[in-house]
Amino acid sequence: MSTVTENKPQGSNDPNQMMVPRPLKPWKATPKQLLPDVFGAIGTVIASLILVLVSPLAGILGFILTFIVLSLFIAASISWIRKDRKAAANSVSTIIIYFLAAFVLLPVASIVFEIIRKGAPGLSIGMFFDDMSVTASDAPLSEGGLLHALVGSLYVVALATIVSIPIGLLTALYLTEVKGKASGTVRFFVQAMSGVPSIVAGLFIYAVWMISLGGSYNTAAGSLALAILMIPTVARTAEEVLKLIPTDLREAGLALGATQWKTVALVVIPAARSGLITAVILGTARVAGETAPLLLTVGGNDAMNWNPFSGNNSALPFYVWKNFGLGTETGAERAWTGIFVLMVVVMIFFTIARVLGNKKG
Amino acid sequence: MDNEGEKDMSQTKVNSLASIAATRTPGTSAMGVGLEARNVHAWFGQKHVLSDISLDFYAGTVTALIGPSGCGKSTFIRILNRMHEFIPTAAMAGEVLLDGKDVYRSGVDVTKIRLGIGMVFQKPNPFPSMTIKENVLSGLKLAQIKINNSDELLEDCLVRAGLWSEVKDRLDQYGGTLSGGQQQRLCIARSLAVKPQVLLMDEPCSALDPGSTLRIEETIRDLSKTMTIVIVTHNMQQAARVSDYTGFFLSDGGPGELIETAPTSHIFSNPKDKRTEDYVTGRFG
Ligand SMILES: Nc1ncnc2c1ncn2[C@@H]1O[C@H](COP(=O)(O)OP(=O)(O)O)[C@@H](O)[C@H]1O
Ligand SMILES: [Mg+2]
Repeated sequence: MSTVTENKPQGSNDPNQMMVPRPLKPWKATPKQLLPDVFGAIGTVIASLILVLVSPLAGILGFILTFIVLSLFIAASISWIRKDRKAAANSVSTIIIYFLAAFVLLPVASIVFEIIRKGAPGLSIGMFFDDMSVTASDAPLSEGGLLHALVGSLYVVALATIVSIPIGLLTALYLTEVKGKASGTVRFFVQAMSGVPSIVAGLFIYAVWMISLGGSYNTAAGSLALAILMIPTVARTAEEVLKLIPTDLREAGLALGATQWKTVALVVIPAARSGLITAVILGTARVAGETAPLLLTVGGNDAMNWNPFSGNNSALPFYVWKNFGLGTETGAERAWTGIFVLMVVVMIFFTIARVLGNKKG
Repeated sequence: MDNEGEKDMSQTKVNSLASIAATRTPGTSAMGVGLEARNVHAWFGQKHVLSDISLDFYAGTVTALIGPSGCGKSTFIRILNRMHEFIPTAAMAGEVLLDGKDVYRSGVDVTKIRLGIGMVFQKPNPFPSMTIKENVLSGLKLAQIKINNSDELLEDCLVRAGLWSEVKDRLDQYGGTLSGGQQQRLCIARSLAVKPQVLLMDEPCSALDPGSTLRIEETIRDLSKTMTIVIVTHNMQQAARVSDYTGFFLSDGGPGELIETAPTSHIFSNPKDKRTEDYVTGRFG
């Protein structure tokens, strides 16, 4: 209550006279207590090295294997000697968890590292202002550029997102808010669709647009293929997010005399906003690097094409694919740079979405 | 909190239930004639959970509903403002009259009914995406009501909910930043903004500390001057403190029934039914 601060309990001392203790973290281990662990870790590394040197095990793989086995064994022994069996089990499971986390992080970190190492040197300002229409495949990196691929990628992903957001979100709303009779069927198809291989999505648009309707390659067709892949991701993630919104909030809205749609629009969606943005991000992430469906629908291009509704276009994954395929040294460098740019573009996009999502109101 | 005048008033009510009932003619009271449940039954699927409840809530009074868990109190008050129907398996029978007209009659605008019969939930549930101010005024947007002076309404609702002095300097903070008791009063303020005739409260204090509970009880007493209040509570003292009338619900394994309803002081001092006496004296439940 607001008035509590004014009448302090009788017994309490004047805060000015009170000794304020130093803030402590008594649950943290002191350096002395950590000593055995540190020695154990160092000992494990040394023991693994020796073992690898004197035994037929060789190389990094051998070292890692030995290290894992030894560290489990040594940590368990130390804990058992110092405490008991429970502590040993605890150490073993902790170490296993750390190793598993490292196994997940390592590939990701090494991919990012490799992309930066090989892609960053090829970067130049000029490449963002030029395309490959008049550049030979073995020309030095100072010639030509990837503007056409960058613009194509932005077009195709943006259009796919524009198509997927309303369809994906409405599907999720149908499943969680309307709970219509067809919910089970819709959920089944959404789940089945999220397993569709990307080339099949490309083939579908190819069959419908090119073969049945006689259309030709263009960017919008590619974005439809990507939308087929993106919609189920958006819908499923959004459904999970909306399911987390408490029924209480919906009922509070309805109890104020709102229609269901007013409640959804003014209460449920704003409450779920950050999660819904994540749903869209995941959907975009799913399609930003797709190459196969674009081969069949956008067709590829070395020149700029500003018109998303007519004519072949390129995209960053396509640019990467094509330049690797050239087999030349500069081609490979261009490809790595293309991957790097794609990664940075996706990261910038995610950061923007995150910032927008976390800003309330 | 209770001044002499109010005590006298409830005393009069206690003494002359019959005469009050006699004056309940449509249109004679400024607050309408209140809310009447007639032979209400409820089901979830095949399970009959409420049997033949007839209970009148007189305009401008506080009625407490007491009874053990699971006897159908929540179900009953959710029937009163047509929230029951959101549960897919739910069914009901009987009539609920607001100012003499059945809220379940065909062709009625359900949103208008819920506008007239507000609800405060067991757990405080301010809208998380809205500030304190937006929360209070959310009903206007949700029910698409246009008003001229929203600042005046904002202050009025917060004052009546007993929250104004605590939040007047932080109206633009999020509702979630308040304490539980403040959040519950915010939810009360939110219900008041759409000017309901009746306010239903389902165990509004069960998640709150004693201090906040007392504040809300004061609020309820104040509000009862201008509206009809129905409160479900597990707290006998609370029922005794805030209510004019008390209804005792009980289920003996079958559907819940209304065992007894009377002026609150009668229920606590001189209950007619043995089971009521056992319950209010804490012998079971
Ligand atoms: N959504 C529901 N589906 C099925 N049964 C329910 C549902 N809600 C409540 N019930 C049942 O209805 C009975 C009354 O519940 P409730 O009205 O919540 O009781 P109270 O509020 O008095 O504790 C209980 O037996 C409960 O199990
Ligand atoms: Mg209940």
